[in-house]
Amino acid sequence: MSRLIQRYTTGERNTHWVVAIAFVLAALSGLALFHPAFFFLTHLFGGGPWTRILHPFIGVLMSLFFIAMAMRFWRLNHITPADRQWMGRIKDVLCNRDENLPELGKYNAGQKILFWTMVVTMPLLLLTGIAIWQPWFAPYVPVWLMRVAVVIHALSAWILILGIIVHVYAAIWVKGTVRAMTRGTVTEAWARHHHRAWYRETTGK
Amino acid sequence: MALQSLDITARSATTTPSPSVRGTLQVAKLIDISKCIGCKACQTACMEWNDLRDEVGHNHGVYDNPRDLTDQSWTVMRFSEVEVEQGRLEWLIRKDGCMHCAEPGCLKACPSPGAIVQYANGIVDFHEENCIGCGYCITGCPFNIPRISKKDHKAYKCTLCSDRVAVGMEPACVKTCPTGAIVFGSKEDMIHHAEGRIEDLKERGYGNAALYDPPGVGGTHVMYVLQHGDQPELYAGLPKDPHISPLVGLWKGVTKPLMSLGIGLAVFAGFFHYVTAGPKEVDAHDEEKSS
Amino acid sequence: MTNHWVDIKNTDLVLIMGGNAAEAHPCGFKWVTEAKAHRKAKLIVVDPRFTRSAAVSDYYAPIRAGTDIAFLGGVINYLLSHDRIHHEYVKNYTDFSFLVKDEFAFENGIYSGYNPEARKYDKSSWGYQIGPDGYVVTDPSLENPRCVYQLMKAHYARYTPDMVFTICGTPKEAFLKVCEMIATTAAPDKTMTVMYALGWTQHSQGSQIIRTGAMVQLLLGNIGAAGGGMNALRGHSNIQGLTDLGLLSNLLPGYMTLPGDAEQDYKAYIDKRAFKPLRPGQLSYWSNYGKFFVSTMKAWYGDSASAGNNWCYDWLPKLDKGYDILQVFENMNQGKMNGYICQGFNPLASAPCKIKVSTGLSKLKYLVIIDPLATETSEFWQNHGEYNDVDPAKIQTEVFRLPSTCFAEEDGSLVNSGRWLQWHWKAAEPPGDAKGDQEIMAGIFLRLKAMYKKDGGAFPEPILNLTWKHRQPDAPSPEELAREFSGKALKDVTDPKDPTRVLVKAGEQLNGFAELRDDGSTICGCWLFSGAWTEKGNMMARRDNSDPFGIGQTLNWAFSWPANRRVLYNRASCDPNGKPYDPARKLIAWDAASGKWSGSDIPDFKADSPPEDGMSPFIMNPEGVARFFAVDKMAEGPFPEHYEPFESPLATNPLHPANAAARANPAARVFKEDWSTFGKPDKFPYVCTTYRLTEHFHFWTKHVRLNAIVQPEQFVEIDEELAQQKGIKAGDHVRVKSNRGFIVAVAVVTKRLRALEIAGKKVHTVGVPIHWGFLGLARNGYITNTLTPFVGDGNTQTPEFKSFLVDLEKV
Repeated sequence: MSRLIQRYTTGERNTHWVVAIAFVLAALSGLALFHPAFFFLTHLFGGGPWTRILHPFIGVLMSLFFIAMAMRFWRLNHITPADRQWMGRIKDVLCNRDENLPELGKYNAGQKILFWTMVVTMPLLLLTGIAIWQPWFAPYVPVWLMRVAVVIHALSAWILILGIIVHVYAAIWVKGTVRAMTRGTVTEAWARHHHRAWYRETTGK
Repeated sequence: MALQSLDITARSATTTPSPSVRGTLQVAKLIDISKCIGCKACQTACMEWNDLRDEVGHNHGVYDNPRDLTDQSWTVMRFSEVEVEQGRLEWLIRKDGCMHCAEPGCLKACPSPGAIVQYANGIVDFHEENCIGCGYCITGCPFNIPRISKKDHKAYKCTLCSDRVAVGMEPACVKTCPTGAIVFGSKEDMIHHAEGRIEDLKERGYGNAALYDPPGVGGTHVMYVLQHGDQPELYAGLPKDPHISPLVGLWKGVTKPLMSLGIGLAVFAGFFHYVTAGPKEVDAHDEEKSS
Repeated sequence: MTNHWVDIKNTDLVLIMGGNAAEAHPCGFKWVTEAKAHRKAKLIVVDPRFTRSAAVSDYYAPIRAGTDIAFLGGVINYLLSHDRIHHEYVKNYTDFSFLVKDEFAFENGIYSGYNPEARKYDKSSWGYQIGPDGYVVTDPSLENPRCVYQLMKAHYARYTPDMVFTICGTPKEAFLKVCEMIATTAAPDKTMTVMYALGWTQHSQGSQIIRTGAMVQLLLGNIGAAGGGMNALRGHSNIQGLTDLGLLSNLLPGYMTLPGDAEQDYKAYIDKRAFKPLRPGQLSYWSNYGKFFVSTMKAWYGDSASAGNNWCYDWLPKLDKGYDILQVFENMNQGKMNGYICQGFNPLASAPCKIKVSTGLSKLKYLVIIDPLATETSEFWQNHGEYNDVDPAKIQTEVFRLPSTCFAEEDGSLVNSGRWLQWHWKAAEPPGDAKGDQEIMAGIFLRLKAMYKKDGGAFPEPILNLTWKHRQPDAPSPEELAREFSGKALKDVTDPKDPTRVLVKAGEQLNGFAELRDDGSTICGCWLFSGAWTEKGNMMARRDNSDPFGIGQTLNWAFSWPANRRVLYNRASCDPNGKPYDPARKLIAWDAASGKWSGSDIPDFKADSPPEDGMSPFIMNPEGVARFFAVDKMAEGPFPEHYEPFESPLATNPLHPANAAARANPAARVFKEDWSTFGKPDKFPYVCTTYRLTEHFHFWTKHVRLNAIVQPEQFVEIDEELAQQKGIKAGDHVRVKSNRGFIVAVAVVTKRLRALEIAGKKVHTVGVPIHWGFLGLARNGYITNTLTPFVGDGNTQTPEFKSFLVDLEKV
């Protein structure tokens, strides 16, 4: 077992998990109202009206914490030439042929794409959500705008959900990842393997 | 607001057929604007039958009162002063309210199973006990009809007096209309009645008199006789070719199951990827180098 | 109405003028839509405003408020000069051929006999030439220049389309279009109905406007026919019953009249009213006046009334003048009244010139209000901010409020516009301490009677001897009163032709007024209502709507006065030979086989008088025919003449620019102090007219939540051009002021009002609905009658609410 290095601070982890839990709740409650097949999920929230009442508040909570998180990680998510190279070899990534991959910083391109996906979809969800928020704001929004808003809201949510599914899977798939967000630390080996540039920078090795 | 004894042909947020073995006569309310004197008796009868009492509002410089539809005002008269022919003023008075579309946009948009139903007789009704107050019906409606109550946050609109119709009576507004401008019966009879009225209007110089039964929403169970059938917009913005917004169609149409499927596929893809490619693990070299 | 509501469906043309049936009578208006739907009838609306009626009309023509005589005079001129009249009808059924006295004259807008100081006419020259046989002299050739036809033709020749445009502002082509449409009904088988209401009555020359309308209908032969007639749409559900029962200061029940001061002699009183026929072979039904009068007096005074004491004639008040509402408030202002009992009436809101009414009420010692609602009048003394800015400390009037029941809380009958007495049943118990009106009045009467009995008084007999035979003296039942006004026999009533034949046995209800006698053997509270409650029971409660002839003649539905007759003058729907002018709409016809008139209606005629006897259809007139020349019946003159409203934008009458006396109605009564309250066009340039809205009923329904919801707040209507000039947008608040006060309300800016060109100048009209006040559930507002002038019609004293002057500004 190699030595451990700090990847996320306690604050970062807590912020992440607030966003994550809020997302799960928002996604479940949102899906409940999205398709009849998911309407049973309203029972998790105390029925249809409660689902309608809670969903927007959960969404606002998620958005606020996401803003804090996004500001913290903004700088680290600039796309670099190495990211493009990595993306070009995505087949190798998926087939675990990691030896062919370039050295990466704290995040790989997949993580960065998710980050920017969230940066785009979160505000869209927030704004369109406000536009259709009964009974507070929707009554003051023209119907045509509400129609546009619901479509954008649904589409953004769908993209976000897909992104998060990939995100969660990746965390499970890439062994040793989950502890980064639970304990805040990763093994040096993990860091060296997946994010060698960040590893060098952090450890000086 | 409805009685369960009526057969249902469509039910919101429900993907399987509703009980609908009994054949029922298709009904319709016909509003002859050329006979309407704007007395608002229909508004009052609606309030009385349905126990609605809106606020005592203000005068806004027009005769329209209440100013708009609300959860307590399921029908309002809309007054338009127009000069279709130069120098010939017309005061067009349209009773606004739910049109009871054959293809109801509200029902299509509603996410709550059974909050909106369409009876076999054509009436589109809201079951407020199932309503979750999301307001999607508002986005679905091409006529801007449903209103959310500020008190209970449920959506309300004209029921076409489904409770009266279910027991063989006409809607309250029809019963009270003093000039016979509102009539009620089978849709077929109402179309026939309208034909006679249109003929009369044409003889009186309204060459474009027509029945308003817009095909864009599959026809409606509330229809108008318009003196100017070619220009429905004259009547306080009655849409010329109403249809469910393509955005709502996009949102609530085929994309909805496709997107759901996409989410499911993503989960499955991950699972099979894991099974196929196996986990991504740190190799011995890394262990070595970092120790 | 000469006809009735349902009969309107039989018409070919509806003229709504001086009314707004769709707005104010929406339920009755259904018959207009029936006529349009089933007879392809056309609807014309002539009004200063494009009304709800105009919204469903086939043709609308604008007119300046208060100029209807000029318009209708123009129609008469059109019909006469284009020869579009029903010749056989006017020749046989009107006074066309009657010769008028040579002394009768009309110069400069004034008729012969005028006394400018008294503002009254000596009417002795306004009569027919009477021949040596005692009958009117006629000229069937119609060529004599003194015949009514020739005089009328000359009189209205001045009412040219150009003159109509000058006075009314109605564009010439619009006026001529209306004339042409009206003229089509001169055909014997075509009829027009005229629907009017307060838009004609509430003018200083209102009665004459209605007369002019009636003259148009007579020229066209539309009086007496199905789908024709002069149809007054009454504004209260029982205002027809009020006049029928004589609840006006100068009337007795059934349009009998109270004697004047000079009429102390009973026989002279009766003779003056029991008209003898003026043409041979005529019926002159008023010749029965004595029977009606005696039966009424027997109903009132029972055994006290006998031939020996002239049926208590001396107990009746003898009038020095009329005590109409304007006179009463004038008297109050002059401090000549101590108390006022105000029953079912809200004068602070509904009488003109609120300040004068308020001042008058403030001078009373006591005021009694009998009403189901808390009326403004009952709180006239209370400060309600800007809406009723009075100082209660300065008002000493003691006010008693006696809550009464409303119509739904009592049994009784209502007389509708079509003269139907319809019984209705109590639907709800009255709230709180409310009592029925009879109970309240019985309470007052019995207490007064006890006081007179105990203390005596100046003139106790009429009170002490009044018949009061009620099962519960303190609460007379509607049924008892109904039986009394319908009448019963005190002794056996026998057939005058065969005295052995008993028509009605002693103690039985009468079948109708034909059984009334002037020997004291019958009693009848109101001869016109006789037959409403017979031995068969309550005729008013009948609800059989079968219509065997298909023209809406439902003779077994309720009871129609007189004698259950549905269309008055229906003999005139037939030609002189007794054949209907339009067999498809037959009311009656002469049936030679049975020797009787019969059909879908009760003949308004002597039922067995064959056509060859030459009796004419207008049996209430001693002439037997209808009058174009009103002889001495009207205050202003025998032919209606256009006069300007008292407040008008014109300095002179365009018909008589040189004669100041002929500007406004020369025979209208104006109290001395009121002259100075009239405004002039330099300060008040806009014509104002007041009216009702369909959402409300007078000043009642502002107390009702549903009505308040559908029309919540006071507003005034102005045309777009005026709004632009004044910088007013729809929804702004505006102040409307007359020389008597101001109101503030929301502006409704509309295309439905428009400026008219009057005598070369542009005149705007401001419309003010009446329904708001300082009490009720609707948003409180000003009393509209703050603005209106204290002057009335020359004959009826109905106030001039429909045309006066105001100024307007944005608040």
